[in-house]
Amino acid sequence: MGPDGSGRVEVRPREDATHAIVVRNLTRRFGSFTAVDDVSFEVRRGEVFGFLGANGAGKSTTIRMLCGLLRPTAGTAIVGGVDVTRDPEGVKSRIGYMSQRFSLYESLTVDQNIRFFAGVYGLEGERLERRRRFVLEMAGLEGRETTRTRELAGGWRQRLALGCAILHEPPIVFLDEPTGGVDPVSRRQFWRLIDHLAASGTTVLVTTHYLDEAEHCERIAVMNAGRLAAIGTVAELKAVFASRPIVEIQAADAVQTMRALDAMPEVEKTSLFGTAVHAVLRDGGLSPDALVRRLRDAGSDVRSVARVEPSLEDVFLDLVERTS
Amino acid sequence: MRSVLAVACKELLQIRRDRRSLLVLFFSPIFFLLLYGYALNFDIRDVQIAVEDRDLSPESRRLVSAFVNSGYFELAASVEDPAGIVALMERDRIRAALRIPPGFARDIRRGLPGRVEVLINGENANTATTVLGYVNAIIAAESAAYRMSVRSAATGAAIQLEPRVWFNPELRSALFLVPGLIAYIGMMTAVVSTALAVVREKERGTMEQVRMAPIGALPYIVGKSLPYLAISMTAGVSVVLASMVLFDMPVRGPWWLLLLSMALFLWGALSMGLLISTIAQSQQVAFQVALLSSFLPTMILSGFIFPIASMPAWLQAVTYIVPARYFLVALRGVVLKGAGFTTIADSLGALVIFAVIVTGLAAIRLRREWS
Repeated sequence: MGPDGSGRVEVRPREDATHAIVVRNLTRRFGSFTAVDDVSFEVRRGEVFGFLGANGAGKSTTIRMLCGLLRPTAGTAIVGGVDVTRDPEGVKSRIGYMSQRFSLYESLTVDQNIRFFAGVYGLEGERLERRRRFVLEMAGLEGRETTRTRELAGGWRQRLALGCAILHEPPIVFLDEPTGGVDPVSRRQFWRLIDHLAASGTTVLVTTHYLDEAEHCERIAVMNAGRLAAIGTVAELKAVFASRPIVEIQAADAVQTMRALDAMPEVEKTSLFGTAVHAVLRDGGLSPDALVRRLRDAGSDVRSVARVEPSLEDVFLDLVERTS
Repeated sequence: MRSVLAVACKELLQIRRDRRSLLVLFFSPIFFLLLYGYALNFDIRDVQIAVEDRDLSPESRRLVSAFVNSGYFELAASVEDPAGIVALMERDRIRAALRIPPGFARDIRRGLPGRVEVLINGENANTATTVLGYVNAIIAAESAAYRMSVRSAATGAAIQLEPRVWFNPELRSALFLVPGLIAYIGMMTAVVSTALAVVREKERGTMEQVRMAPIGALPYIVGKSLPYLAISMTAGVSVVLASMVLFDMPVRGPWWLLLLSMALFLWGALSMGLLISTIAQSQQVAFQVALLSSFLPTMILSGFIFPIASMPAWLQAVTYIVPARYFLVALRGVVLKGAGFTTIADSLGALVIFAVIVTGLAAIRLRREWS
């Protein structure tokens, strides 16, 4: 019997030197709906950890629990050495949080926003001045202190929001889809900031549904329907295709080609990638040349067949398919 | 403490930046003071009256001139029969009619009560009541004066009945309305503005951002309410000062008691605003809930405009949970009657009970929302 009398022995994760976040069997139910279902993982100190998943996969709910904003139905999470189920308020001084909404006060100026959040985090005196200058420099807003936030373009607002979220120099930063609605140039700049943060020892947990962004992360957790579908480095995730080669086929009639491929026993599955067709072949199966011949026999106008490296999109679709 | 200050400063900056709420907070009190003070006037003058004098005696003529000289009535017509009165009343040419039957002077001279009949158009009950009040006062004054003049010859002594109106001797509506106006402004700034200010942060996501910071629900809420308390207190005092200048309103009781009543009332109102903000998820809903739960009851069920005594019993029972009801009693007591603490202690107590209950409910709901 465990201490809670549930019959299950409860393993309390301990803070250790290498992990900033330790999550064990985290579960959150809303009525009969299970938003997060028995999720466990660790995030190392100074790591950029990506959370990948479709909308409604449970990413935000997980983050909100890790921030002490939402009480877990079951399981534990240690964030920065603090148990979020026991001391949700204690977690807050150790983390920074920024969401896709860049929640700044739009009617206030850049400087007023910085000073407000500094006040809420209890910064004062020399430290306030130092952090204020840091944020202005980081966001590229020096000289625009008296501009109202409403008048800033998306990229600047996003960087200012990040600055306000890390004013108190938290060791752990949560970014919930931070690049939503921002142009590609600003996105790239933003990721450069994230890399800087990580280089200075900050742990970053970022959710996204941009697959190219996920490639930036050292490790990725893929969530689907509340469950953790896979976790690992990009290379580790792509290893699921190690014994299942992927070929890309260019043909005049992609739909007809897909139908022909689906009819072959050596083909596990097909998917459309732009104008091309990706086919996952079963172990040991077909050589590209053999495949061309078979397709031509089936009446398909094939232009080229080439073996390709699996992209993260292949991995993601594969995981989602297999876990739902 | 520092975080409370940070939130309060931020809120003040936001209010300063928001032209619309500035307008609502600072100009609507003055606007409504002028509107209610000058336009919504329950005083009635120059009531058109018809006279049917069938007695045609010196006594009857004296009574008629007493009506005309009072300043409240203006002689619109003299008629010969009741049909003439009906015709004039139907065409709205007159509001009242005075009928003096034959034998009026004879009865008076004999020491019997002289009978007169007064007809009043009752379409507007408020006006009718006021006019009836004037009539009673004039007749009482006249009969006293007559008795005095007759008896003075015989006994040399008479008791003169002196009708006197207390507290608002000139029956000026403005004085009666100002306390209600302060309650109205309190509801406007405290309930509506507070509820909207909190719900706005929920809508825009800034609330979630603040909740991620190590600041508790209490410092956040206190910091957010303080500016509105300050603003509504300032607005309330401005209305009192403006009324003293514009309408010669007296403040007969002590100022500290006036401020205490105001502060207790606003405490309840602010909590009401916070409670609403925990229920509503959008500014639109918050506004509607504030309107229905606070604003309209303050206007209608507090005795601000409609006297509670003339409501049906079940509606009177409802007024007991309207805080403005107690606030008006307290404020009218202090301002117009010069009441001391003990006189209005009951009303202040009721305000405290209301505030404590609503604050408690808001705190429970807030805690549930924050964790």
